[in-house]
Amino acid sequence: MKINIRVNGKMISDDVACDMLLLDFLRYHGFYSVKRGCETSNCGLCTVWLDNKPILSCSMLCAKCDGHEITTLEGLKKDAEAFAYFMANEGAEQCGFCSPGLIMNVLAMEKELQHPTEEMIKNYLAGNLCRCTGYMGQLRAITKYLNRHQGGKNEADQ
Amino acid sequence: MLRIQQYQKVKSLAEAYELLQKNKNNQIIAGMLWLKMEDRTIPVGIDLSDLDLDKIIEDEKSFVIGANVTLRQLEVHQKLNLWTHDVMKDAIKDIVGVQFRNLATIGGSVFSRFGFSDILCALMCLKCEIVLYHGGKMDIVDFVNSDFQRDIITHIIIYKDHDKRCFICHRNSATDISALNLSVWQRGDEYLITVGARPQKAKQYSITGNNNEEIANKLKAQVECSGNMRASKEYREALSYGLCLKALNKIGEQ
Ligand SMILES: Cc1cc2nc3c(=O)[nH]c(=O)nc-3n(C[C@H](O)[C@H](O)[C@H](O)COP(=O)(O)OP(=O)(O)OC[C@H]3O[C@@H](n4cnc5c(N)ncnc54)[C@H](O)[C@@H]3O)c2cc1C
Ligand code: FES
Ligand code: FES
Repeated sequence: MKINIRVNGKMISDDVACDMLLLDFLRYHGFYSVKRGCETSNCGLCTVWLDNKPILSCSMLCAKCDGHEITTLEGLKKDAEAFAYFMANEGAEQCGFCSPGLIMNVLAMEKELQHPTEEMIKNYLAGNLCRCTGYMGQLRAITKYLNRHQGGKNEADQ
Repeated sequence: MLRIQQYQKVKSLAEAYELLQKNKNNQIIAGMLWLKMEDRTIPVGIDLSDLDLDKIIEDEKSFVIGANVTLRQLEVHQKLNLWTHDVMKDAIKDIVGVQFRNLATIGGSVFSRFGFSDILCALMCLKCEIVLYHGGKMDIVDFVNSDFQRDIITHIIIYKDHDKRCFICHRNSATDISALNLSVWQRGDEYLITVGARPQKAKQYSITGNNNEEIANKLKAQVECSGNMRASKEYREALSYGLCLKALNKIGEQ
């Protein structure tokens, strides 16, 4: 079936199988930040934005996205780099496999929640699993990233 | 693996209903989160996205919720949660993650009638009706106990009232499904207590009593549970007592 999806601002028209997953569609078109983890809707690794909301691309048909807008990490380079600085500073990554999905969801959270508490952050990110870190480094990095404009110098500028 | 041979974004409920009757393997595809876990071939996947069923409409008496409304929309709907003492929010907030809840729909969640469903357990402590395209309106408790019908849920109606209520559940680990869930609806002297994930589907018990301990003890004596990989029968019975007491205490604070 014929579909038109705008990915990171660029229209992609394609003829796809009815049951093609958005994850496979995006990887086929070169968006390799989108990764396959559990494929059972549990790990959050495949997170992209559909019309600016975070969703799981492993559980979405690209047919259903016809006429909609998708954002992947490739489309959020500047924001992702800013956040990656805090991740590196806190030693928050080990293998790094979970990072693309985590970053997509942290950036979505930043847009959706105003001044989230630690509990709100944990709740929002509960669907992003990391098998290496124990989450503490990530939590420190996220908190510092969200507070970067408050009080004194922006840490990223130091 | 889920295989879909044809995908149809329908233009009307009549078209969707006709497709549903044509072949018993044709399926409505909502959030697809559950369907995707199945190994089956769907001749025609029916997509209701163009039918304006993704809205929560509030009027004087009720909230009319379209079947395609996502769990996340319900979780963050301030007025609905204000009217219902956060029952929907509490039932939804621990289901996997935000990305998941942005996809999973209330229609798919209700239609599936999962024994473990937090959502059904919560809806059963509300004055709630399920609207079926062909079958018309049905009370939530009757719906949960009915057989699967080849029909379409179009809306879920939650009526406003001033009763006190609470939803509570226990998970062995975050984002797992509940080992037991429980909701309480206080209607005058009567407590309608629904216990789900027993692990069988949710069942409602009508209990009266002079104090919270007495009510929780009565529930524990009546509740029918069994064991599975998540919890034993005895553990579930003990949980029903503990969760009931907690819920009644919470209701006392409302
Ligand atoms: C990994 C995982 C973890 C989960 N954890 C929990 C949990 O902790 N607590 C909980 O309560 N739930 C949980 N669920 C269930 C989940 O919340 C949804 O209820 C479930 O995914 C179904 O919703 P859906 O929109 O994805 O439906 P789909 O998978 O699209 O559809 C499910 C069924 O409903 C039918 N259907 C869909 N919409 C309609 C309609 N409008 N009318 C008639 N039939 C319809 C479909 O044809 C299909 O047969 C979990 C599910 C998964 C996959
Ligand atoms: S790959 Fe999509 S949730 Fe794990
Ligand atoms: S750093 Fe390895 S999975 Fe998260």
